Amino acid sequence: MNEIVAPETNDYKIVIEDLSVAYSDGTESLRNINLKIPANSITVLFGPAGGGKSTLLRTLNRLNDLADVIETSGHVWLDGKDVLDPEHDTIALRRKVGIVFARPIVLPMSIRQNLTYGLELAGKKDNGEYQKIVEDSLIAAALWEEVRGRLDDPAISISGGQQQRLCLARVLALQPEVILLDEPTSGLDPISTGKVEASLYELAKKYTIVLVPHSVQQAARTADRAAFFLGGELIEYAEGKKIFTNPQDQRTEDYVEGRFG
Amino acid sequence: MNSLSSRFSSWRHTRGTRDRNLIQSLGFAALTAAALVTVFPIVLVVGFVFWNGAEAISLEFITQMPSDGMRAGGILPAIVGTIWLTIGTGVIAVPLGIGAAIYLVEYAQESRWTRIIRIAIINLAGIPSVVYGLFGLGLFVLLLQFGTSILAGSLTLAIMTLPVIITTTEEALRSVPNSFRVVSISLGGTKWQTIRRIVLPQALPGILTGVILGLERAAGETAPILFTAAAFFLPRLPSSMFDSTMALPYHLFVISTQVPGMPIQIQYGTAIVLLTFVLGMNIVATIIRSRARAKRQW
Repeated sequence: MNEIVAPETNDYKIVIEDLSVAYSDGTESLRNINLKIPANSITVLFGPAGGGKSTLLRTLNRLNDLADVIETSGHVWLDGKDVLDPEHDTIALRRKVGIVFARPIVLPMSIRQNLTYGLELAGKKDNGEYQKIVEDSLIAAALWEEVRGRLDDPAISISGGQQQRLCLARVLALQPEVILLDEPTSGLDPISTGKVEASLYELAKKYTIVLVPHSVQQAARTADRAAFFLGGELIEYAEGKKIFTNPQDQRTEDYVEGRFG
Repeated sequence: MNSLSSRFSSWRHTRGTRDRNLIQSLGFAALTAAALVTVFPIVLVVGFVFWNGAEAISLEFITQMPSDGMRAGGILPAIVGTIWLTIGTGVIAVPLGIGAAIYLVEYAQESRWTRIIRIAIINLAGIPSVVYGLFGLGLFVLLLQFGTSILAGSLTLAIMTLPVIITTTEEALRSVPNSFRVVSISLGGTKWQTIRRIVLPQALPGILTGVILGLERAAGETAPILFTAAAFFLPRLPSSMFDSTMALPYHLFVISTQVPGMPIQIQYGTAIVLLTFVLGMNIVATIIRSRARAKRQW
């Protein structure tokens, strides 16, 4: 067999090469995706439901292993290492590539414990640095001021918008390199949505962010680069400004202009 | 819309409002009666037992050895025997049952195999307890030569209790939202870390309830220990798990049918002790469940 060599990845954090994913119920969710995701920016994956955006997101940290996948082929190079390699350490991968889901799922414990849970799993003992990590990640997720006085309250006791920012902070506490967000604001009010988006702009300076937005408007607001997915295929991938003002593909244009949803 | 309302109005014409109210009241009365009828026997049983046996209850009764051919004195060996059998059953059945349930819910892929295991477990629960007794006699007492002993009795009771513990534990594990598992894995948790730190603590109240209900049934059973553990009369407490033992349910059977001239208070007094033991476990289970429900964060 020919040896698999990582492509030039100097400028890109993640390089997706010929990725196809098929589920056991016969639906082919992704077909031959090629996509290069740069570091320190927000890359948006958008398109109608069922296009394979979430599948792609969950493939990046191998969370899709939990789904009913029968075949995944191709490569996902992260810093030059193929995360789809069966030998790849998925535990370490998931610490490095965190994910925030559409619904805020806080664990049934206190706000503080939600933040330290991942650290404890990693076997990091608290030698006094937990408090700083808790504070830093809450500040970065724009939640610190609202919860600083009640870190030991049950996480379920704060509002939905606050819970979602806690979920973001929980990912940040692990000091990841890549943050995946799967429609993180779909259940949130406009004010909470604004706060989440504002922290994303800030976080993009340090992290590689891959976002599945919950609307075209959000895609247009947040995207440094944007990829349009339709029926499991990548239709168009370009700079955000370009794809939303001057799309090259007719289907992209129709979608962006709201001719189908 | 129109056809609906006309149907309603024609229905309304068939019976007057008064008729309908009468039927409603009758139905309500019938359902209330059904509820009362079911409560009645339970109250009757408990009341009857306490009425007839209260006289026998004293500190001596639960701390003394029997005397005068069990017609007097206390029932301490039977109480101690039942406690030992219950503990023995728990030590064997609880880890096995919880382990099996964790495997079935968290690890096993849905397959023909797991379906067969589940059907086996459900059917195990349907086997008459006397058959378990006979099986225990054949396997533990005779073949493995444990003799008539606490060990043989506990093993027999444990096999009988396993299905209850497995099914209730499975249910408790399934009730923990799957999203917690996904989140834990996404934060770099291994499967086992996720089970130990998230799933088990959340499922614990449900598991404990199942365990207690299972053990409670074991504590009250006569048939499985009849050939495997129970002694007609022992003037001492069991000293090892290879000893045979007196036990409350079997003792009740013995003094009710096998001993002539037995004072009725002693029979019902023994029943009170057994009932208190079993109902006490039930109350503990109820408290655990309601406390957990109040504290649950999802």
